[in-house]
Amino acid sequence: MRRFLSLGLLCLLLLSITVTAQAQTSSTNTADDDAALELLEALDVESYADKGDAITAILQSDDERARDWLQALLDGRLQRTEDGRFVLVLENRGRDWPVADVLTGEALGEMSRRDLERIGINNNLRNQLRSAIAVVDLYSPNVERRRTSAERLLGEVDGELVPTLDDLIEQEEDEQVRYRLTQAVAIYRAEAGEMAGVEALDGSLHPRSRVALSRAANSDDPVVANAAAASLAGIEQQLKINRGLETLYFGLSLGSVLVLAAIGLAITFGVMGVINMAHGELMMLGAYTTWAMQQLLPGQPGLALILSIPAGFMVAALAGVAIERGVIQFLKGRPLETLLATFGISLILQQLVRTVISPLNRTVITPEWMSGSLVVNDALSLTLNRMYVLGFALVVFAGLMLIMRRTRLGLEVRAVTQNRAMARSMGIRATRVDIMTFALGSGVAGLAGVALSQLTNVGPNLGQNYIIDSFMVVVFGGVGNLWGTLVAGLSLGVINQVLEPWAGAVLAKIIVLVFIILFIQKRPRGLFPQKGRAAEG
Amino acid sequence: MNTLKRSTHPRPFLSSGRFATALLTAAIMGASTQAIAQDDDPIKVGILHSLSGTMAISETVLKDTVEMLIEQQNEAGGLLGRQLEAVVVDPASNWPLFAERARELLDQEEVDVIFGNWTSVSRKSVLPVVEELNGLLFYPVQYEGEESSENVFYTGAAPNQQAIPAVEYLINEVGIERFALVGTDYVYPRTTNRILEAFLKDEHGIADEDIMVNYTPFGHSDWQNIVAEIRRFGEEGKPTAVISTVNGDANVPFYTELSNQGIDAADIPVIAFSVGEQELTGIDTGPLVGHLAAWNYFMSVDNDDNYDFIDAWIEYTGDDMAVTNDPMEAHYIGFNMWAEAVRKAGTTDVDTVKDAIIGVTVPNLSGGYAAMMPNHHITKPVLIGEIQDNGQFDIVWQTPSTVAGDAWSDYLPGSRDLIADWRKPMECGNFNVVNGSCGGSTAAEEAEAALAE
Repeated sequence: MRRFLSLGLLCLLLLSITVTAQAQTSSTNTADDDAALELLEALDVESYADKGDAITAILQSDDERARDWLQALLDGRLQRTEDGRFVLVLENRGRDWPVADVLTGEALGEMSRRDLERIGINNNLRNQLRSAIAVVDLYSPNVERRRTSAERLLGEVDGELVPTLDDLIEQEEDEQVRYRLTQAVAIYRAEAGEMAGVEALDGSLHPRSRVALSRAANSDDPVVANAAAASLAGIEQQLKINRGLETLYFGLSLGSVLVLAAIGLAITFGVMGVINMAHGELMMLGAYTTWAMQQLLPGQPGLALILSIPAGFMVAALAGVAIERGVIQFLKGRPLETLLATFGISLILQQLVRTVISPLNRTVITPEWMSGSLVVNDALSLTLNRMYVLGFALVVFAGLMLIMRRTRLGLEVRAVTQNRAMARSMGIRATRVDIMTFALGSGVAGLAGVALSQLTNVGPNLGQNYIIDSFMVVVFGGVGNLWGTLVAGLSLGVINQVLEPWAGAVLAKIIVLVFIILFIQKRPRGLFPQKGRAAEG
Repeated sequence: MNTLKRSTHPRPFLSSGRFATALLTAAIMGASTQAIAQDDDPIKVGILHSLSGTMAISETVLKDTVEMLIEQQNEAGGLLGRQLEAVVVDPASNWPLFAERARELLDQEEVDVIFGNWTSVSRKSVLPVVEELNGLLFYPVQYEGEESSENVFYTGAAPNQQAIPAVEYLINEVGIERFALVGTDYVYPRTTNRILEAFLKDEHGIADEDIMVNYTPFGHSDWQNIVAEIRRFGEEGKPTAVISTVNGDANVPFYTELSNQGIDAADIPVIAFSVGEQELTGIDTGPLVGHLAAWNYFMSVDNDDNYDFIDAWIEYTGDDMAVTNDPMEAHYIGFNMWAEAVRKAGTTDVDTVKDAIIGVTVPNLSGGYAAMMPNHHITKPVLIGEIQDNGQFDIVWQTPSTVAGDAWSDYLPGSRDLIADWRKPMECGNFNVVNGSCGGSTAAEEAEAALAE
C-alpha cells in the first residue's frame, strides 16, 4: 500500500515537471486527448439515455483506446476524481483504491472512495456495451474474443450488420466463429420470414433459433410457416431428450452429494453400529479446513482445495479418534446413550466454531477450473463444480471399497464386526481396530466436507443440514453395505430431481421421505440386506 | 420491594448478593435523595436479536448496531440527563423463545424500549407479549405488511416501499414482461408474492402463463432444477426477470448455480428483497454483477451522514471490511426517533412516548428525512441497486421522494379497505373504512397461527 502511495506521489511530481515539455513535444497526442476527454465527459451525465448516446459516439470515434474505455465502463472501473480527471480503478476493495489515469495510463497512487465518483451504468447500458464490444471484437486477432463476440451476436443482428457479417464469414478461419456468425445471420433472416434463414436453422438447439423459428412459423408465407413448424417439431423432440439427460445429470449430482455425506456414516454406523450424531459436524470440520487452507494460501484457491483433501481427511479423522476415545468407547452397546452423547458433541462442535471462528458463513472460493459449465450442445451443458464432485464421490467410494476388501485393516474390521470375541481370540486387537475404523469413517466425512464447501455454505450449521439425509441413505441402502449406500444415494438423488419439476422442492422432499418409510416397512433391512449369520447379530 | 429497588439504586448493587447493604444504604440516604437517585437511574434499552442459530448471521450485527448507537448517545450525554444501558438477551433463532425473552425484558428487566426481531414469525410470536405488558418494540426489517400494532414501530419497509416499486422499475425501466417469483417457503415470501401476483395481473395485465411461482425450504442448497426451469422460462423470447424472496444463506448456492448455468444479469436479472451487503460478504460477487436488489438504503449511498455512520461502524467493530446494510439503517432511524420522542415527551413512559413519536422526523442516511406516520410505519426512499464485483450495490434508480409505508396492501381483497391510525380518536390498527368499525387486536391468534406452521 505504502509503495503504491509513494509511487503515486512520485508520478505526480514527475508529471508536474514534464507536463510542459510534453505539451510541446507531442501536440498531436494532446489534440487526441482533448477529443478523448470530450468523449468521456459525455458519459458523465445523469440520464442513462444520454450515456447510451455517448457510448455510441465513443464507438464511432476511431480512438484505439475505445474498447478499453468501454470495457472499463462495463466493469465499473471508469471513475472520476473530484477535480474532473478520469481514472481507471485497478482494485476496488477496501476504503482506498489504487487508480491510474485513463488517458495517459499513469498510476496515480491510492485514492479514497469518498473522492471518486463512478460512472454508473444499468443493465440496459450493460447490454449495449456488450454488443458494442462484440462488434469491435469481431475484428480482433484473438480467436477467443471473436468466439465470444460471435456468440453474443445471436439474436442481436440488425439489417445494417448483415452485409458486414456475410463478408466476415467469408474471411473467417475459425470453424466455431464461422458457425456462430452464420447462425446469427440465419436468425435475423428467419425472423424476417426468409426461407434461407429457416432452412439454415433446422436442427439448431439454441434458444434464440427456437424463438426465431416460432416467429417464422407465424409468417404470412405458408411455405415458410410450414417449414418452420416442421423444424420446430424436430427441435422440440431433441430438446425433450436433452432435458431428460439434464435431469438425470442433476439427479446423479445430487445423489453423489448424498453418497459422499453418507458413506462415512455407512462405515461408523453401518459397519461398527455406532450411531454418531456428530457425523455432520465432522463434515463441517472438513469444510472449514478448506476455508483455512485458502486463508493460508491466498491467491491459490485451486492448490488450497487440492491440499485440503488430505488435510480435511486428517482433521476429521483426528477429531473422530478424539470422540471415539473420549466418549464412544465408554458407551459400547448402549445405543441410546451413544446417540445422546454424540448429539451433545455435535452441539459443542457447532458452538465451538461459532465462538472461535464466527457465527457468520465463511467464503470458500471456487477455483477457476471448477466454475462454469461444460457445453455439450446448445441445449445441454453440465455444470463443472458438480461434475468434479460426482467424480470425487466415485473415487472416494472406490477407495473405500479397496480398503475394505483388499487390505488387512478391512479384513480385521469385517472380522471384528462379525464376531468380536472370536476375532479377539484370533489375536486381533479389537480396540485398535475400533479406533482405526472410526477414524476412517470420520476422515471420509471430512472429505465430504471438502467437497460440500464447493456446493453450499460453509457455516456452523453445515453438518445439521446433511445428518438426516445421511442416515436416510444408509438405512435405505441396507445397513452395513457400501454398495447399498452408493445405489441408494444415487437413486434417491435421481428420484428427487425427477419429482422436483412437477411437485416443487418442498413436496419432492416429503414424497421421497414417505417413499422411504413405506419401503422400510416392507423391507426393514434396506435395499441390500446383509445375509448370513452376521445379519442376525 | 420492587419500587424500592428501582427508585433508590443503580442496578449493579442489587444484581449481586448485596441486598442487605443496599437496604442499609437506602436507610442511611433517606427519602430526600430519592428524586435525585431516580434521575441517575440508567434508561434500559432491551435488545432482542438472535445471537445463535440460523438467524445469527443477520441478527448479530443488529445487536452490535444498537449497542453502538447507545454508546454514541451516552458519549453525547445520554438522554434526559440519564445514561442508557443495553440489556441483551439471546432468543437463539427459536420463535417461541422470542416471546419468553420479550417477557423477561419487560417483566423482570423492566426495559423502556426494545429493539429486535428479524423474521416475521418471531415478530408475530412477540406481539401478544408486547401488547399485554405495554412495551415498545422497534422492528427494523422489511416485511409483508398486513399488520399494525399499537406497541410496535415498523422501521423496515412495507411491501409498497420495496416490492411494488421494484416491480414497477422492472416493467417501466427494464421492459420486463415475464416474471419468475422465487421464494423461501414461509410467511413473508408467500404474502409478498400474493400481493405481487395480484398487482401484476390487475395493474399491468400480465398473463397467468407469464408468471412462475416457486418455493423452496429454508437453507435449500440444490438449485439445479429450479435454475434450469428459470432458464427455460426465460428462453421464450420475452424479457424475463426473477423476483427473489429467497431468505438467508440459501442465496449463496442459488446465485452460484445461476452463474454456473450461464444465466447473466443482462439476460435474466434477479431482483432480490432479502439480499444485502451482509449476505453478499459470503459470496464471490464477480459472476453476480448486474443482478439487482431493492432496499431503502445501500452502503454505497453517497452522503456524508452515511460515511460518518460507516466510519463509526468500522471503528466500533474494529474490522476494516465491515459492511452496513438496510436493517442497520432502520435501527439507526428507529433509535433516533425514539430518542427524539423521549426528549420531546420528557419521560420514557411508554404511553407518552407512543403518542409523542407520531410525526417525529429524523434524518436518514441517504440524505433525506424519515417521519413516523400515524400507522407506526415510516417514510422511506426506495432505491434499486445493481450488485458490483466488490460486494457493493450501485444505485441505478430511486424514487423521486420518500414513500410512506402502507400497513394494509391496496392489492389484496381483504386488506384494501383497512387503514391504521394510532392517533386519538381513532386509535386503531385495522379500521375498516367501508363499515366504519375497528377490528381490534388479533395478536394472540396471529401468534398462534404463525407458530403452528
